[in-house]
Amino acid sequence: MRPGRRRFLGLGVTAAAIALRPLPSFAQRAAPRVVVVGGGFGGASCARALRQADPRIAVTLVEASATFTACPFSNSVISGLRELPAQQFTYERVAADGITLVRGTATAVDPQARTVTLGDGARLPYDRLVLAPGIDIRWGALPGYDEAAAARLPHAWRAGEQTLLLRRQLEAMPDGGLVVISAPANPFRCPPGPYERASLIAHYLKTRKPRSKVLVLDAKDAFSKQRLFQRAWAELYPGLLEWVPLSKGGSVTSVDAATRTLVTDFGRHRADVANVIPPQQAGRIAAAAGVADRSGWCPIDPVTFESTLQAGIHVIGDAAIGGAMPKSAFAANSQAKTCAAAVARLLAGAAPSAPKLINTCYSLVAPDYGISVAGVYHPAGGQVAEVAGSGGVSPAEAPRTARATEAGLAEAWFRTITGEVFG
Amino acid sequence: MVKVVAAAIGCWAIAAAVTASAEPPAGAASCTGCHPASTRVTSPVVRLSGLERDAIVKALQEFRAGHRAATVMDRIAKGFTDDEIQAIAAWYAAQR
Repeated sequence: MRPGRRRFLGLGVTAAAIALRPLPSFAQRAAPRVVVVGGGFGGASCARALRQADPRIAVTLVEASATFTACPFSNSVISGLRELPAQQFTYERVAADGITLVRGTATAVDPQARTVTLGDGARLPYDRLVLAPGIDIRWGALPGYDEAAAARLPHAWRAGEQTLLLRRQLEAMPDGGLVVISAPANPFRCPPGPYERASLIAHYLKTRKPRSKVLVLDAKDAFSKQRLFQRAWAELYPGLLEWVPLSKGGSVTSVDAATRTLVTDFGRHRADVANVIPPQQAGRIAAAAGVADRSGWCPIDPVTFESTLQAGIHVIGDAAIGGAMPKSAFAANSQAKTCAAAVARLLAGAAPSAPKLINTCYSLVAPDYGISVAGVYHPAGGQVAEVAGSGGVSPAEAPRTARATEAGLAEAWFRTITGEVFG
Repeated sequence: MVKVVAAAIGCWAIAAAVTASAEPPAGAASCTGCHPASTRVTSPVVRLSGLERDAIVKALQEFRAGHRAATVMDRIAKGFTDDEIQAIAAWYAAQR
């Protein structure tokens, strides 16, 4: 560069600095930018918590849908106990917090340039990025199960049209039919979810089509709240609900959509309604950003939820490897607030403090029969670990009034968490 | 220019540190998964903001010891130390 040009540039910079002298406008320009990808229980909550932690942070929330459809309680929609609009939420209140909403899909991340690229080619610069993309189905992981097959054998593991499809199939099924649910190996979204679904479908059959049956083919030998579920099944749905564990031939190895047949090493099960809950992985932006490892999920620092693979990118919710924390809406919400506090501190040049996180998950075995699991977590040994002596499930012995109380608390929890995140 | 930037960053960091002092202590932010913070939410689960500090401490200690009827709070309170309980109680008591 020739001296003359350098001097010109130097003058230009000085002039710019002077022009910026009124401090408020400078502060505005210096406001750190955080982009949050994904507007679910994790992302929307994190965006709002960031604004609350420090209103000077410019927060952009990238979400493809105008409406969020919640998974918790979607099993009640499937079994006819609830309508889908009760699961749906919009982002007006989120935007009213001063968050910039961008309708679009994040397709790429440049961790060096610190930009997110959207489907339309637009680029959003960030100082820190939070990815809360939830799950994607691992199409192809289960032979025979692709997107076309899902139109006949719904997964209903992302709520919305798939939820309604499974419900319609159950409603159309004649009495005496066989419903088969295939449950995946760990880890997957909502560990008790397949068993709540089996329960509420059994409830629907018991009340509407009592000669029918639900069969759960499981790729595992153990599951969340297992003793509580099995005890309740024996009491509420004897002969109506059968669980086949891995060791008894439960693992589904392929499906045939045309004949609604689920194949295991031990035999073939031809279903009237088949719900295939397939293997999953972090939402696809995670792999595109280079924050997913070979497992398909995202390793994180347990204090800040910053990716251990890419600096400046945090991952929360179902996509993250949350250690002892399950992939639940409550956990995503707890992680979102923890991550927001850490990001605010990091942007301010301060050290993040060690968090404590909580999870509580309710499951309905029947409309008036609720059970729960709860846990408290902290960073230990580089992981999110359960605090020794904390947590656990509902008591094995409890009067039906206690189960009814927990069913009521489950609904209250849903109202509260959706009110906090979207209201 | 460098000085201006440094000064501005300095101001920002100091202001942020002041904001940070109002940060919820470890664990407190997760309570609103069930205990509503927003006044727009109606729930049978008690709002914690503005409760007496001693009442929150007493409740958590009794939940932890198994001396108070509970659904999930007995299991959750067992994950918190006395110091953490004190900090959470003080923080919620100071909220509107």
